[in-house]
Amino acid sequence: MPLLWILILVLAIATVGYFAARTRAMATAGGDSRILHSLPNYYGMNAVLSALVPSLAVLALWLIVQPMYLQSHVAGMIPDHVIAEGSSRDLIMSDVRRIASGLNIAVEQGAMSANEASGLRSELTNVRERLAEVGVALGSDVQPEVLAAAQEYRSIAKSGSFFMLIVVLALAVLGAVYAWKRSHKDFRARNIVEKAVLGLLIAAASIAILTTLGIVMSMLMETMNFFSQYEATSFFFGIKWAPDFRGDSALGILPLLWGTLYISLIALLVAVPVGLFAAIYMSEYAGPKLRAVAKPLIEILAGIPTIVYGLFALLTVGPLLRDYFAKPTGLGESADSVLTAGLVMGIMLIPFVSSLSDDIINAVPQSMRDGSLGLGATKSETIRQVIVPAALPGIVGAVLLATSRAIGETMIVVMGAGAAAAQLDKGLAEAINPLEAMTTVTTRIVSQLTGDTDFAAPETLVAFALGLTLFVITLGLNVLALYIVRKYREQYE
Amino acid sequence: MNDMRIAERATSVTESKISAKGVQVYYGDTHAIKDVDVEIDDKTVTAFIGPSGCGKSTFLRTLNRMNDTIDICRVQGDILLDGENIYDPKVDPVQLRAKVGMVFQKPNPFPKSIYDNVAYGPRIHGLAKNKADLDDIVEKSLRRGAIWDEVKDRLDAPGTGLSGGQQQRLCIARAVATEPEVLLMDEPCSALDPIATAQVEELIDDLRTKFSVVIVTHSMQQAARVSQKTAFFHLGNLVEFGETGQIFTNPIDPRTEAYITGRIG
Ligand SMILES: Nc1ncnc2c1ncn2[C@@H]1O[C@H](COP(=O)(O)OP(=O)(O)OP(=O)(O)O)[C@@H](O)[C@H]1O
Ligand SMILES: [Mg+2]
Repeated sequence: MPLLWILILVLAIATVGYFAARTRAMATAGGDSRILHSLPNYYGMNAVLSALVPSLAVLALWLIVQPMYLQSHVAGMIPDHVIAEGSSRDLIMSDVRRIASGLNIAVEQGAMSANEASGLRSELTNVRERLAEVGVALGSDVQPEVLAAAQEYRSIAKSGSFFMLIVVLALAVLGAVYAWKRSHKDFRARNIVEKAVLGLLIAAASIAILTTLGIVMSMLMETMNFFSQYEATSFFFGIKWAPDFRGDSALGILPLLWGTLYISLIALLVAVPVGLFAAIYMSEYAGPKLRAVAKPLIEILAGIPTIVYGLFALLTVGPLLRDYFAKPTGLGESADSVLTAGLVMGIMLIPFVSSLSDDIINAVPQSMRDGSLGLGATKSETIRQVIVPAALPGIVGAVLLATSRAIGETMIVVMGAGAAAAQLDKGLAEAINPLEAMTTVTTRIVSQLTGDTDFAAPETLVAFALGLTLFVITLGLNVLALYIVRKYREQYE
Repeated sequence: MNDMRIAERATSVTESKISAKGVQVYYGDTHAIKDVDVEIDDKTVTAFIGPSGCGKSTFLRTLNRMNDTIDICRVQGDILLDGENIYDPKVDPVQLRAKVGMVFQKPNPFPKSIYDNVAYGPRIHGLAKNKADLDDIVEKSLRRGAIWDEVKDRLDAPGTGLSGGQQQRLCIARAVATEPEVLLMDEPCSALDPIATAQVEELIDDLRTKFSVVIVTHSMQQAARVSQKTAFFHLGNLVEFGETGQIFTNPIDPRTEAYITGRIG
């Protein structure tokens, strides 16, 4: 029986339960819903929940456990001598599953009777040919042990599915009946539904948290793998980034971290003052009409895809800086530079800083402004001495969030700053020259993982270590930002 | 109302400090103040009384142009401070507000330390020559705000961490520290206990020797205790304005009598 049918049946049971429980509750109250502890719908919902939750939970569990059990049980049936040279138990098992499903298809299409399918003997029938007739192609002739395993697979799967149907439906009916029996006028259905809602919300929250955990765990596994092949100290403290696939790569993170921080710093030097001043102008000086036009215009910047910013860096800002700044001053030759990427990234971050700061400045109560103006302070004194200090924690939070974005940005860096890592071993002047090409952690992750990759080589695995390091850094910044923003909130509540 | 103690009415020199003529205030289409004429004398305490929503705060705010901060608010008519129209384009509202200070209906300390709250005005207007001078101003102002004893050991603590009543007294101290010529107080005692109220009333009485004070209050007793002149507002109109003693003992308008005897409000 297909899964869909099981679900439909369970839902049908739940629906019947809904009306039955509702009716019964009303009956115990003599038809007067005011006597009921809860509104009639709550009794119905309680029945729906009692029918659905246990049965669907068991269904989900069954669907996970049965294939796992089948796999391990059937795989044990295949003797070692059947496994040919160059093959493996896993490959044979996939044959087994293929044959089993092929037989099912054959029975469904009427090419075989059910008895014939379960009684097949590879000595007598050419299973490969028979299955090819129904469109299931097998790689090789079927050995008797494999066929036997496939038959076992079929029969367990079949009886398993049957039991699953019985158990799930029985649970649904039992749940509905139990809820129906309890639907009495004093029964606190509302509280139970309340708890179920709570459970639902908790489940949703845990999915988000568990996903994060899962991401971290998977990164962690690969990172450990990397550190077993490459020394951690050389990774964290190495000042040279020069991967090659000959096995003598230098994989120090410092040049990449330096590139990341340098580009982010320039981006913030652009974005924070411009964004903050724009926010102050918008919230304190601009009239309502101007604000209605200008605010969306600024926020359009936030909607531009970063690849477009990248193009802007590549085609406009980079060549401009090179021709009018780098070449005349003799500081650099290429259009790719830290400054290019930093400037363009800064422009990208302006709306980010300005719209967050604008919200925060607007959240400073009008009474603060009145207090200051009432003491004879000018508007700009009020802004400098009262509003910005009051909003400062929030603004710092906004800046930290912008920093996280800058650190995680990839596209603009690839297109604006080039792909060469900072050369920390060539002296300070080289390392801090803003017109030098540089690259960042994120772009190196991409480049280490694209193309022909061997997932066992440290040159590839280093991407995970880089990713995890970056994750830890941005996580730290975000936690700090949230902490500061929250602390700020307490002040006015 | 017979038990009310009427303050000694020693209004010696009655020189007009603020004179409002034909003042109209609109919030958008709402006509909040209707053709009000008031004379506020120097070195006098003037009380504004009236039922909630009658426009007391609105009128008070026109006296130091705080209504400028409300977009939809329009003020018409003449308000003269020492003979000069404060709504004249030549007048700088910032300087006006330094001369006409204000304590707001809701306490609004800055999220700064208690010390910095009080030092805010003196710093902006350069009133202190040095740190010791500033310390002095802060202490004196906090004493006048009747809060010095409670905060003298924690001047570095944030002003927002005080209780509501303490915050209000801090705001009074903050306003006093700028040495205004006129102090506008919008229900300064509404969050205070009787002891702090008595202290603030003492302060008001003390301020009268130097400044003129305008106080909005919902407490008839308070108006009677601290003020020499009383203005009764009703639905945006100035119904009656005169000597406090006369208003409370012998009101001319029946609405005034109804209000002070508790029949409308
Ligand atoms: N910012 C504003 N925008 C629009 N209308 C306002 C505004 N402030 C006050 N009003 C209106 O003006 C009228 C007078 O309000 P005001 O605050 O002056 O009353 P009040 O006498 O101080 O009352 P209370 O004793 O309750 O403080 C009210 O009808 C009020 O709704
Ligand atoms: Mg008011």
